[in-house]
Amino acid sequence: MAVTDQQRISYIASQAADARLNVELQTEEMTLNLGPQHPATHGTLRIVARLDGEQVVKADVVCGYMHRGYEKLTEVRTFPQVTTLINRIDWLSSFANEVPFILAAEDLMEIEAPPRAQWIRTLFFELSRIANITLFIGEMGVQLGAITPVFFAFRDREYVLNLIESATGGRFHPNFDRIGGIKDDLPKGWIAETKDAMRRIRGYCDELEQLLMGNEIFEARTRGVGVIPADVGLSYGLSGANIRASGVDWDLRRDAPSPLAWKELDWKVWTHPDGDSFARYWVRLQETREATLMVDQLLDGLPSGPIQAKVPRIIKVPAGEAWAHTENPLGEMGYYVVSQGGLGPFRCKIRSASFHNVSITPWLLKGVYVPDIITILSSLYFILGDIDR
Amino acid sequence: MSSADSTTATDDRQKALLEDLTTRLGAAVVGSHIRSGDLWVRVRPDAWLRAAEACKAMGFDYFCYLSGIDWMPHTWPNPKVIEGPAPDPDDEAALPAEEVVEEPVIEGIQSGYAGGDTRFQVLARLYSTIRHIGVTLKADLDDLNPRIESWITAYPGADWCERETWEMYGFDFTGHPNLTHLYLPGEFEGFPMRKDFPLLAREVKPWPGLVDVEQFPATYKGDGEG
Repeated sequence: MAVTDQQRISYIASQAADARLNVELQTEEMTLNLGPQHPATHGTLRIVARLDGEQVVKADVVCGYMHRGYEKLTEVRTFPQVTTLINRIDWLSSFANEVPFILAAEDLMEIEAPPRAQWIRTLFFELSRIANITLFIGEMGVQLGAITPVFFAFRDREYVLNLIESATGGRFHPNFDRIGGIKDDLPKGWIAETKDAMRRIRGYCDELEQLLMGNEIFEARTRGVGVIPADVGLSYGLSGANIRASGVDWDLRRDAPSPLAWKELDWKVWTHPDGDSFARYWVRLQETREATLMVDQLLDGLPSGPIQAKVPRIIKVPAGEAWAHTENPLGEMGYYVVSQGGLGPFRCKIRSASFHNVSITPWLLKGVYVPDIITILSSLYFILGDIDR
Repeated sequence: MSSADSTTATDDRQKALLEDLTTRLGAAVVGSHIRSGDLWVRVRPDAWLRAAEACKAMGFDYFCYLSGIDWMPHTWPNPKVIEGPAPDPDDEAALPAEEVVEEPVIEGIQSGYAGGDTRFQVLARLYSTIRHIGVTLKADLDDLNPRIESWITAYPGADWCERETWEMYGFDFTGHPNLTHLYLPGEFEGFPMRKDFPLLAREVKPWPGLVDVEQFPATYKGDGEG
């Protein structure tokens, strides 16, 4: 019996289907769903990883579980009211979120806060950096299986939070920065307390340096894991300690013109050439210690004088566009503020650091092993509010 | 803070940068603005990707952000109330929210720095970590069919930014391999960051903060006096 063309084609098609099936069986890919509520994600970030054995073939990041639409909401707020909202972007260092927005508004209004206000701003900026990063350097340990550091972190962060609370009234959300100055002066006895707390934080940094950095397991799990070359990191928009750990000597506190008091202080930008998870941890630890030294200098050199410039009671911001950015604990945070002469911003683009820091993960997770996903995620250090805004 | 000398010195750097960019892009540069040590450049939309590549060649290694802007005036009563007299908080009819119920017409567009001819603009900022100088690039987009080239080939960090701008503004980025929702659920309809997308909370209830701002000076006479 002769074989018809139809039969021949269907035979070839079935052979091709079998071959395809065999190929798929051999690779044995599986999907691992990490999150949305994994402790390593500091909130609700979901990672869908395609695994080939123990190796990640492709990782997709799903965010938006906490999207609050701040860019839209700023458009129906007045300028002084926006600070209440943007406190909640990076909730571990809320004060640092307020500063660049206020600077952008001041730039448009062409007013400048008096020196004492700038110094107190810098002081709280660095205190919120310490409050933020102390948690990271403890938390990174717990991600890798060392439970102790995180208890130390919460213990010592409390000193800083108490200081922020006693001066501003807000423990997590100070809402302390104002256009043209700050809300209040420092309370009595605060400076001595702060110096004491800074001494404790330095002790905490020493403690963790001994506890984790010399630890064989910690080094084995972080050295050479998640290496980011400097040029790749920059083209993905990585900033802050993440890019300084790749050897880029760039810190906006030093390199960008700013009315804040950083240029009056004697301090150092820490970098590390390796670009791996260990380098990111190391840079942040040094930065915390450097920040405590900066706080000490700020307390010693605090100028006297008014804390508020002359500002009209109803703040109308002249039409124009302004971009202000600062080196926040997580990286570069900036606000692109467009005003059309109204009470509120016409458009406010919030450039938050974590959004860009995390956007590299699909590239970075390619080819790593499953346990390293956690190491890399926690070493990139993001706050979900800072991704989703 | 900074003296007049240093301000002009920074502006000189921006001018030199603008000149360099103009020689590289030619007639594609259609507008520019320099203010307080910052540079805005508006390029023709067909040269959007070319501008990114030129900037990359000029040493702008750091991708800061990419986003959009809708220049249509507000539909809620935010900037309009300022001009009128302070509303009486007891008189409901005088509240501003009642007056401003007009159809969204695209009139009175007040463009920003470096100009603009259309309602939508895409904007992006690049920075050089070596020269410590930044530039904000803008391009006009078509009102009905906003479409522009993707920057992914020049700066991979544009990936998420373009996805966000796509879902928030409805801009189409040609050449983007995976233009899917980043924040919003997949079945979401509309483009929330457009000015004609209603913020329902504000439609239902007028903005309370605005009334407070106007009412405050008239009624508050200071502690112990009033």
